[in-house]
Amino acid sequence: MATPALDDPGLPPGRGSLPALAVVGHGGGGGRDSQVRFDPTRFGLWAFLGTISMLFIGFTSAYMLRRASADWAPIAAPPILWLNTTLLALSSVALEAARQRLRAWKVTAARGFFGLAGALGAGFVIGQFGAWRTLRAQGVFLATNPHSSFFYMLTGVHVLHLAGGLVWFLAIAARLRRLTPGDDALGLFATYWHFLGFVWAYLLFVLFVL
Amino acid sequence: MAHAETHAAEAHGHADHAPQSFIWKYVFSKDHKVIGIQYYVTAMFMALIAGLLAMTIRLQLAWPEKTFPSLNFLTKGYTDGVMNPEFYAMLFTMHGTIMVFFVLSTAPVSGFGNMLIPLQVGARDMAFPFLNGLSFWTFLPGCIVILSSFFVGAGAAAGGWTSYPPLSALRSAVPGSEMGQTLWIIGMVFFIASFTMGGLNFVTTILNMRTKGLSMMRMPMTLWAMFLVAVLGLLSFPALTAASLMLLFDRHFGTSFFIPSGLVLSGQVVNHQGGSPLLWQHLFWFLGHPEVYILMLPALGFTSDIMVAFCRKPIFGYKAMVGAMLAISGLSFVVWGHHMFVSGMSPYLGMAFAVGTMLIAVPSAVKTFNWLATLWRSRIIFKTPMLWAMGVVSLFISGGLSGIWLGQTALDIHFHDTYFVVAHFHLIMAGAALFGVFGATAFWFPKMFGRMMNDTLGKIHFWFTFLAYYCTFFPMHYIGLAGHMRRIYDPYQYEFLKNLQPINQFITISAFILGASQILFFINYFWSAFRGEKATDNPWNAAGLEWTTPSPPGHGNWPGEIPEVHRWPFDYSVPGAEKDFVLQTDPAPIGDKAGSH
Repeated sequence: MATPALDDPGLPPGRGSLPALAVVGHGGGGGRDSQVRFDPTRFGLWAFLGTISMLFIGFTSAYMLRRASADWAPIAAPPILWLNTTLLALSSVALEAARQRLRAWKVTAARGFFGLAGALGAGFVIGQFGAWRTLRAQGVFLATNPHSSFFYMLTGVHVLHLAGGLVWFLAIAARLRRLTPGDDALGLFATYWHFLGFVWAYLLFVLFVL
Repeated sequence: MAHAETHAAEAHGHADHAPQSFIWKYVFSKDHKVIGIQYYVTAMFMALIAGLLAMTIRLQLAWPEKTFPSLNFLTKGYTDGVMNPEFYAMLFTMHGTIMVFFVLSTAPVSGFGNMLIPLQVGARDMAFPFLNGLSFWTFLPGCIVILSSFFVGAGAAAGGWTSYPPLSALRSAVPGSEMGQTLWIIGMVFFIASFTMGGLNFVTTILNMRTKGLSMMRMPMTLWAMFLVAVLGLLSFPALTAASLMLLFDRHFGTSFFIPSGLVLSGQVVNHQGGSPLLWQHLFWFLGHPEVYILMLPALGFTSDIMVAFCRKPIFGYKAMVGAMLAISGLSFVVWGHHMFVSGMSPYLGMAFAVGTMLIAVPSAVKTFNWLATLWRSRIIFKTPMLWAMGVVSLFISGGLSGIWLGQTALDIHFHDTYFVVAHFHLIMAGAALFGVFGATAFWFPKMFGRMMNDTLGKIHFWFTFLAYYCTFFPMHYIGLAGHMRRIYDPYQYEFLKNLQPINQFITISAFILGASQILFFINYFWSAFRGEKATDNPWNAAGLEWTTPSPPGHGNWPGEIPEVHRWPFDYSVPGAEKDFVLQTDPAPIGDKAGSH
């Protein structure tokens, strides 16, 4: 640490010497001369996804630790989960189809696919309620054993995030007629939506494969 | 570039249409300066409450045998003038919780962060003004929930600010484990949500909205601190969110995440099994350790930025200062285990955590060395902000040294849960953060209210606070070494602690002086806000970008175009310059080498 501490105070550093940050800071052709370096909304969204990731990493570490205890009794995955997974995947596909149609100025088709994506997403949420019902019918409740506790809690937290996504979906749907191909609203929403799809795949893996 | 232009156009529109009605201008404002002041004033109010809680704790520790019938109005807390032991546990729990989260995370980060980030990066406002307003209006309900817990059910949470299970996980454990603990969790959820919104705004604004010419390595240390604090918050708070949710489930829905098997409560075996109380500790401290740096880093940033303006010298070793902050932030994620040395963890793991903790001493020493080198042979101007900045350095050293002791597993077995720990964190974390906030308040007051704080009153406040602070917390090292427990209602029930009562009385009297001195600050703050001497745009002749705005800055911060930056904010006493400082916006090819192109 001695060398930097002996920095000559008369020769202040100028340019950014942190490559990773500098890359983020350079948007378009303007480089560091541009006032806004990277679309702030998109950046903010990614930061938000980062913090959500940490939430699920926190849960995962708790899961791993709790799983090591003697009273761990695994529950079987309700079969409806596979249907739900398919719905969520198709929802992401439909969303991409909507974006593609919008880019090609096929606004009516874009609207159709967008609506389909939302419907499939809502279908997933309803399907998750179905999964909880199935478990309840089998006598597997939140407090039955640690695995079921984690199942209800993690799927619940995930559904809450999806429900937030559906509110966002409705907000975009309300102004769908005014969307233009250059509008990033759909793209931002798609980023969030696909992310939740990945989180779901991750949760399935942690809960039933790992 | 399209984005840049659209945004610039939006920014101008934003500046032209400042809200006119009182409600939208001062209550539900989206202006970062108003939000900053809202946060700051709320935090001050919370500090007042938490400070009074501390005074009540001190009263009990000094004279547990005396009765105070005048305090019977705290009905739940006192019976016939004697404090109830349960109330004592609530006092230290809520003092810690409120001070750590609702005062010392809030005033420097949410308060000054919102106030200063756009002014220092050269932006009209934060990246997401609506989210910013929402963040304050999420914070406020959190404060209300936390404060209300004293008046609901059996009283506030009493499991310590760390809320360790099973005390916090079983509703019937102690009176504070009932509604109080639930409200603690809900209050924390509000706080975390608010802090997350703030953090998203901070990182986005600092990375993406810097004005032309302001590269990362030209940023003032305050901006670096705010950036790192936001990153720490975004990455560490989710662990507490997860843990809080699991705690809530354990408390109300019968799960067993944290409650172990075979626990007996009032002669009954509890109906939970297999959980791990240590799991909570891991998750809590994964947040908890970065959290204490969230409190401290802004103070370190303020100190550097204030110091240069009153030494009239460039900062010494800027790159090393930035590197040290990065190192401290990075290390903060891998040392949480040092809070759990006595939890029975593997000695090998403990050793790893101890080594990581020792490593923090290196960047900390770099910072101290560089501050001293900045002060070295300068003609120091002793104004109030400078006194506080030097106070931070003093507390950082005296509190940091005991950190090296506590970070060693073998020594910590003796020190753990004694007043030595209380002394340590009050000096370094609480003290440095508090002094940083006082310094920043005096320094940036012109940008808050367009007026100066009274310097004489400020200096009197500083000296009383500084001396009383050391008199309060330094003797705690000694009683801690002597075995005085950290959380104890009546220490003198133990024979070996009886002879410590005079020291506890000295500490209490010092604490009362410390508490009373803060009245001077409140008077100075509110009197100066309305009646203080009008400030010029740059009353300290400082070089930073924020000093090119009017005092106070209007809506949109700069009346005309946003200025371009040509240098770092530390160009003081540059040879060949007209004045003894060169503003960051000055294009003259002197000082900062980067300014010449």
